[in-house]
Amino acid sequence: AVRMFLRLLSDIQWRAAHPKWRRMTGSQRSTSTTAEPHPVSLPAQAQVVICGGGIMGTSVAYHLSKMGLKDIVLLEQGRLAAGTTRFCAGIVSTARPVSIELKMAHYSNKLYQQLEQETGVQTGYMKTGSISLAQTQDRLISLKRIASSLNVMGIPCEIISPKKVLQLHPLINIHDLVGAMYVPEDALVSSANVSLALATAASQNGVQIHERTCVSHVTIQKGRVTGVETDRGRIQCEFFVNCAGQWAYELGHSGEEPVHIPLHACEHFYLLTHPLKEPLSSSLPTIVDPDGRIYIRNWQGGILSGGFEKNPKPLFTEGRNQLEIQNLQEDWDHFGPLLDALLRRMPGLEALQIMQLVNCPESFTPDMRCIMGESPTARGYFVLAGMNSAGISYGGGAGKFLAEWIVNGYPSENVWPLDLKRFGTLQSSRTFLRHRVMEVMPLMCDLKVPRWDFQTGRQLRTSPLYDRLDAQGARWMEKHGFERVKYFVPPGNDLLDLDHSKTFYKPDWFDIVGSEVKCCKEAVCVIDMSSFTKFEISSTGDQALESLQYLFSNDLDVPVGHVVHTGMLNEKGGYENDCSIARLSKRSFFMISPTDQQVHCWAWLKNRLPDDSNLVMEDVTWKYTALNLIGPRAVDVLSELSYAPMTVEHFPSLFCKEMSVGYANGIRVMSITHTGEPGFVLYIPIEYALHVYNEVMNMGQKYGIRNAGYYALRSLRIEKFFAFWGQDLDAFTTPMECGREFQVKLDKGMQFLGQEALWEQKQNGVYKRFTMFILEDHDTDMDLWPWWGEPIFRNGRYVGKTTSSAYSYTLERHVCLGFVHHFDEKTGEELVVTTDFINQGEYEIDIAGQRFQAKAKLYPFSSLFTQRRRKDEVELSGYQRE
Amino acid sequence: FYLTPSQVNSILKANEYSFKVPEFDGKNVSSVLGFDSNQLPANAPIEDRRSAATCLQTRGMLLGVFDGHAGCACAQAVSERLFYYIAVSLLPHETLLEIENAVESGRALLPILQWHKHPNDYFSKEASKLYFNSLRTYWQELIDLNSGETTDVREALINAFKRLDNDISLEAQVGDPNSFLNYLVLRVAFSGATACVAHVDGVDLHIANTGDSRAMLGVQEEDGSWSAVNLSYDHNAQNEHEVERVKMEHPKSEEKSLVKQDRLLGLLMPFRAFGDVKFKWSIELQKRVVESGPDQLNDNEYTKFIPPNYHTPPYLTAEPEVIHHKLRPQDKFLVLATDGLWETMHRQDVARIVGEYLTGVHHQQPIAVGGYKVTLGQMHGLLTERRARISSVFEDQNAATHLIRHAVGNNEFGTVDHERLSKMLSLPEELARMYRDDITIIVVQFNSHVIGAY
Repeated sequence: AVRMFLRLLSDIQWRAAHPKWRRMTGSQRSTSTTAEPHPVSLPAQAQVVICGGGIMGTSVAYHLSKMGLKDIVLLEQGRLAAGTTRFCAGIVSTARPVSIELKMAHYSNKLYQQLEQETGVQTGYMKTGSISLAQTQDRLISLKRIASSLNVMGIPCEIISPKKVLQLHPLINIHDLVGAMYVPEDALVSSANVSLALATAASQNGVQIHERTCVSHVTIQKGRVTGVETDRGRIQCEFFVNCAGQWAYELGHSGEEPVHIPLHACEHFYLLTHPLKEPLSSSLPTIVDPDGRIYIRNWQGGILSGGFEKNPKPLFTEGRNQLEIQNLQEDWDHFGPLLDALLRRMPGLEALQIMQLVNCPESFTPDMRCIMGESPTARGYFVLAGMNSAGISYGGGAGKFLAEWIVNGYPSENVWPLDLKRFGTLQSSRTFLRHRVMEVMPLMCDLKVPRWDFQTGRQLRTSPLYDRLDAQGARWMEKHGFERVKYFVPPGNDLLDLDHSKTFYKPDWFDIVGSEVKCCKEAVCVIDMSSFTKFEISSTGDQALESLQYLFSNDLDVPVGHVVHTGMLNEKGGYENDCSIARLSKRSFFMISPTDQQVHCWAWLKNRLPDDSNLVMEDVTWKYTALNLIGPRAVDVLSELSYAPMTVEHFPSLFCKEMSVGYANGIRVMSITHTGEPGFVLYIPIEYALHVYNEVMNMGQKYGIRNAGYYALRSLRIEKFFAFWGQDLDAFTTPMECGREFQVKLDKGMQFLGQEALWEQKQNGVYKRFTMFILEDHDTDMDLWPWWGEPIFRNGRYVGKTTSSAYSYTLERHVCLGFVHHFDEKTGEELVVTTDFINQGEYEIDIAGQRFQAKAKLYPFSSLFTQRRRKDEVELSGYQRE
Repeated sequence: FYLTPSQVNSILKANEYSFKVPEFDGKNVSSVLGFDSNQLPANAPIEDRRSAATCLQTRGMLLGVFDGHAGCACAQAVSERLFYYIAVSLLPHETLLEIENAVESGRALLPILQWHKHPNDYFSKEASKLYFNSLRTYWQELIDLNSGETTDVREALINAFKRLDNDISLEAQVGDPNSFLNYLVLRVAFSGATACVAHVDGVDLHIANTGDSRAMLGVQEEDGSWSAVNLSYDHNAQNEHEVERVKMEHPKSEEKSLVKQDRLLGLLMPFRAFGDVKFKWSIELQKRVVESGPDQLNDNEYTKFIPPNYHTPPYLTAEPEVIHHKLRPQDKFLVLATDGLWETMHRQDVARIVGEYLTGVHHQQPIAVGGYKVTLGQMHGLLTERRARISSVFEDQNAATHLIRHAVGNNEFGTVDHERLSKMLSLPEELARMYRDDITIIVVQFNSHVIGAY
């Protein structure tokens, strides 16, 4: 049955039509399982070696060869497209909530459409369209949000009524539907054949493809890939690409120096049927019924239907490698609920005869986003894996981005949400992965509401104050494995349970966060911010200063005890990181950056700092607990605890000093708060953390101190128009584009990374501009809340998207931050964005299809806020991280 | 009319009882984890009885089911008394002496048994003095007999069964000045009861069986599936050895009249039983006792009736057949049940249902479509039915209840059919006995970790 099925899914004729490729590999397609001779031996060296002949590996090979690289070898342990690629359902869907994923899927669709013409290989491409059904109003809202972002990308998409659904697909039972989203250009392909077509084209462009060649490990010397060991010998190479799919984790761990690729396989089931009496048309749209957790596509006159059950079955936790995925056991009992959903959606199919239940493992990642990019520890080691069952949709685009990354050093879009370096060793535990993917897989179909927190794999990294804060009603979220407080639920104030608190509207914590914000404005709050990444860089001579001056755009040659906010920019002037650096002494610096920068920033600096034993960089994240004291009375609390005057005259803004707090000495106090409010951050050696916290809380009582969480911080920073890295800022955003020219010292007397690009922007202007929007006719109680990714319209024309938003308790309005572009009305070409262009427009923000008037501002409010700040305090606008 | 599922549940659960062996220091060191028991009446009042107790002066646990006939008096008496007889038989000489001395000097007695009883399982207060005196006589004889040998469990079980039956017979012959007690001991002797008793001590499991109740061991095979091992033989006409035994004990002239219509003397289903003096006493003794007995006894046609072809009594014995089994880690549970269960269910099904219930894993054969023609609708129906089967597992907190639910409610596909269950449970009293018998079940769960460590 398996054999027959394989033949059905993939057209095996393709190879006969391409004798050239056949000759090169020398292996006949055969059902025999015995090893065949390899008449063509492996080359001794190559520029790029790709491991994995599925959709990802072939796509990377295709794009690399298109970009002109000649010396490429692709190794496949079994046969091409024989793993998950062969078994996957072949649905190309652009309806993705994350913008970068949407772009990849869009590109894939365009690529596959012309692939048959380009290569002559039948890909089975059929533009059927897809219909995503909504059984609830909330589901419809989430579909409308996706529709908004598809529309502004020029992808046709409409929200349709249940009646229209019935017209498009006569088998559907529509009585429980409230609406649907129709994407007419979504397509179906034979995924194995797409992969084979890409391989054929790559092969024609000179890529050497070797089947039945197993990579045992990758050799790394001095942090660089040097070669690949296989069962057929060694290949020296400059770049290695791990596209081993669900085996990518094991492959990453096979070498002496492990490369952590956090993914884990789960069983995935779908059903194939015989044709209907009146065979289904091959142009019938694909149905996605997320509330029923299923998808249904036409297949050979019958249907193919699978889904994402609530109780997934993880497998291969122990890391078993298999050449090709054998037919794993069919588990009908497990599939039962999905079959219920299928027959509820298409009751007319009862009499349809079953052909097979296919069990096709898929790999999932800890955050439901795929993994791509270069290893932080081994240069030249690239990864593309963990597709969360959307491999075919992403295949083309992901391969393109990775090829660009290898050839140019960076991809053409911001792929940080997918970057391997968002993970570290801490996400690499098998137990963690097993538990987390069991949560992730059902999430594929769950409603994606704002501010979602994972429930599994928690309480891994915690502050020493965790228990204390938890006992006081803290509600937690997690970033890079670190538990951080969202807000504190006052005693006797019960919030909704988890399921009921999922909403696109005003959340139940609204008043709680409001009172925390009020306390920050009027008294003093304490927020535990220990999760921040903290590095110390020091040297025996001037090496530290000199190196940092080159790597950072602001001038770091400041007097000892000063704190500098600065970007860590790339050659194009884009933000690789946004941090605060304190000069502790002439020769040592203390650097604070966002929590999820721990791996990326370390790798970036490691790769660029001179190899000098007199220059030392240390990750001291774990050594300090950080308490942020925010509010006008922070001064009083701290001066009482230290017997030192803390007023602006004695302790100016952006200052850093080691002092005693309570009994504890050696506390690093900095006059920054990351919010624009007055206050301090205390960096406390962890063994003093509890003592200092207790002292602060006791002393603070008479000043009305209370605990606060990150939601309050977020509201404060957004109403102050502070951008933060990872949300508003990325590698494609320069300081010039977000009003941070004052943090760039173009004339600091020495060269720095990104300087040229910034010079050019200074002279010629910028093509996008970070702008603050205040929603005018938005009813906080009744209307949908903005989140991020909402399209911005200027004079009725799309100009960009929001990057973050929050309710400002001071303005009593919603504030959205986002980038405004200037597209030429006729050509669509990007033009320079001027201040006048921003100021002279009428703006609207589109929240799930509904547009709200917005007032644009390029500078933060100052008069609205009671606390007057000195001019230099504008520099307080640091970065913010959530 | 139909009973709602909750009404069905309240009927099924009315008599359920569970006991968990207490843990010491977080560990259960006993080879028994605990037991679940339950009974469902068909007769009114129910004629089945059950008992469970822990021996306090020796190690081990006793569990038994008793199926009464011709009334419940005998089954009730056996359920109260038999375990004391067994416990005493097992006691070493010194302990017997100690107990006797305590009774003699009016000191507090060492407790012998700790009972695990459902509130509905009652003991007769009136007869306790009488019963105690008989038991005391028994242990006094044991003290006098002092063999000096260590007590063999098999011997003890056999002696206890025989001695109790003997005492029942004797008490009825002697009578009691108290007319209530006098009538009671006669009713006990003239009614009958089978007994199936388990004694578990470490890995040593002894089953003593008299009659047609049954003990069955649930064994988990290496592949996870369940199989049943019989630990008792039914003493009835279906058992060739029993028929043979009865025939051996009587002259050849009676051969034809001994077993008629699969019944002893054409009357009695079980071939061994407590009480039933009508099959044990001589005709003269029966006549004398009935005539001198209270009027109620004389009015009863049954007691006056002498079995046909009654030439060489006794025809019946209470002597049990004892089977010893060394527990192995794969022996997961023991089911003791009266014939009401075994009439409706095959032991293999019993093993599977209990095994799956206890492990919480529903070991169903996975469905494979293979080359068959199956439609989506058929598959859907099949899966729905399988899920219903699993959900019925979660409804019960007691393995015995779960088994009764299956015994009464199973349809031809082996799944619990609510409609059928509702019908069977709402039968009027007078009809119930025609469709089903009293069912009494004890499910003992073993501790594989402890057993494996022996």
